[in-house]
Amino acid sequence: MTSSSLALPLRAPRTLARHPLVGRYAPVVTMALALMVIWYIAAVAMNWNLVRDGFEREETPYTATDVLAGTMSAERPLLPAPHQIVSTFVDSVFGYPPLAPRSLVYHSLVTLSATLIGFVLGAVFGTVLALMIVHSRVLERSLLPWIICSQMVPIVALAPIFIVVLGAIGLTGLLPKSLISAYLCFFPITIGMVKGFTSPDPLQLELMQTWSATPRQVLWKLRWPSAVPYLFASLKVAITISLIGAIVAELPTGAEAGIGARLLAGSYYGQTVQLWAALLAAAVLSSGLIGIVSLIERLVARRMGAH
Amino acid sequence: MVDAKDISLTFDTADGRVDALAHVDLQVAEGEFVSFIGPSGCGKTTMLRVIADLQQPSSGSLSVNGMSAENARIGRSYGYVFQAPALFPWRTIEKNLKLPLEIMGFSEAEQQQRVEHYLSLVNLTGFERKFPWQLSGGMQQRVSIARALSFDPAMLLMDEPFGALDEIVRDHLNEQLLQLWKSTEKTVLFVTHSIPEAVFLSTRIVVMSPRPGRIIDIIDCDFPRDRSLEIRETPEFLKIAQRVRTGLRAGHSYDE
Repeated sequence: MTSSSLALPLRAPRTLARHPLVGRYAPVVTMALALMVIWYIAAVAMNWNLVRDGFEREETPYTATDVLAGTMSAERPLLPAPHQIVSTFVDSVFGYPPLAPRSLVYHSLVTLSATLIGFVLGAVFGTVLALMIVHSRVLERSLLPWIICSQMVPIVALAPIFIVVLGAIGLTGLLPKSLISAYLCFFPITIGMVKGFTSPDPLQLELMQTWSATPRQVLWKLRWPSAVPYLFASLKVAITISLIGAIVAELPTGAEAGIGARLLAGSYYGQTVQLWAALLAAAVLSSGLIGIVSLIERLVARRMGAH
Repeated sequence: MVDAKDISLTFDTADGRVDALAHVDLQVAEGEFVSFIGPSGCGKTTMLRVIADLQQPSSGSLSVNGMSAENARIGRSYGYVFQAPALFPWRTIEKNLKLPLEIMGFSEAEQQQRVEHYLSLVNLTGFERKFPWQLSGGMQQRVSIARALSFDPAMLLMDEPFGALDEIVRDHLNEQLLQLWKSTEKTVLFVTHSIPEAVFLSTRIVVMSPRPGRIIDIIDCDFPRDRSLEIRETPEFLKIAQRVRTGLRAGHSYDE
């Protein structure tokens, strides 16, 4: 044995597998690819009979390859292939001017405006409720059961009632949708903020007492800042829920615009590709909204000395 | 400064009645440094909390700074230091010091001036913009002492403030605390587990014993105000420490 064979290499060669970016994104990409494969297989399986029946109805001779190709490009497939959804999505996002009725951008904006108004209303209402609950035992006992009950009634059943009642007093369009969205999203905020407002350390509360701070000072200088992490956790839940609320609210109103309207139209006319494209738009919208909330959360956390 | 007569405090717990304090009499004059020492459950912390009006006695009469304990608290007669620094993590050191000042409505300029003064008093000038997690435990506790002094209260109430720190840091902070006491001339009430700490710091040592929590001895400790850690080796120091230890043991004996 010579010493050279015992010597370790000075630096391990940096292989592709060890690259930090690979480590970070490889699991996500692998998962996405696996899903794609499953999706394509499912699309072939689910659309096969549909396409074959089509050939037979028209009495044209066909081979298995023809059917296979057909499952990838059917006009009204049971399950559209991913590339069909993406191309329809891209088409309806970039193929029309943003405010044209066929543009997904237009419909997304309609739903987005109801979502944002509902989200703000719900966040304010939810926080006020939490404040009332934290400050009064009596209110806690009298309000909490109703708050929980409010979330046990399915919104699909409530939404038409909302729309009819609000319509009767002259409120139509954006506001009823926002109210339904607010109705859904205040709940996680109330629950989160009650937890947040009661989260200060007992020592911190006693310190405030030794300084004979007023209840208002305790609220602004201690309870609010302590609740901020809880606030953002519940805002992230609430913003997705309020998007769902806005979409659901568009269904029973027979709305002409909005992602919900696109979903409804798609299912009426069997336009499955359009339906999936609208779903994709909803997904993009909701991840964008969560992204924005997370970004604000990070900025606030940095200002509050997080490490 | 503090005049407590026949203070008793009983809790009703799931295990029955607990006599946290029984017939405690205590007078503290202005400018004194009084330590409370005793085993866990002897009521030393409870006594401090009663004086601070964080807890109310079941019976007895208590006057703090010439008024009722409640009025003394409302009148911001004391600064309280807990065992944990209890800094507000989202505030910088400077902002932590300003918190009681904001609450008490000091002007912006006055706040700034006091922050500078009290930070230099605890040797932390230069740390204004740091957040609490960037400081060591001993430094954080110094911030909490500066915070308790910042609004210039008549008394400083300290509940085992150095209990969670290691011995070297503790010695160092004991010296600093003596300096502070000398320069500010505050009345200090100080709860501790440590006999050397109590003897080194105090003008009087109150020895307490549990079940029921009561005072079993009050020991005068008249070293000059200007003391250094070296006095811990002197015969006088050891004699007083011995007397405290005897008292503590006597308090324990009926328990065994």
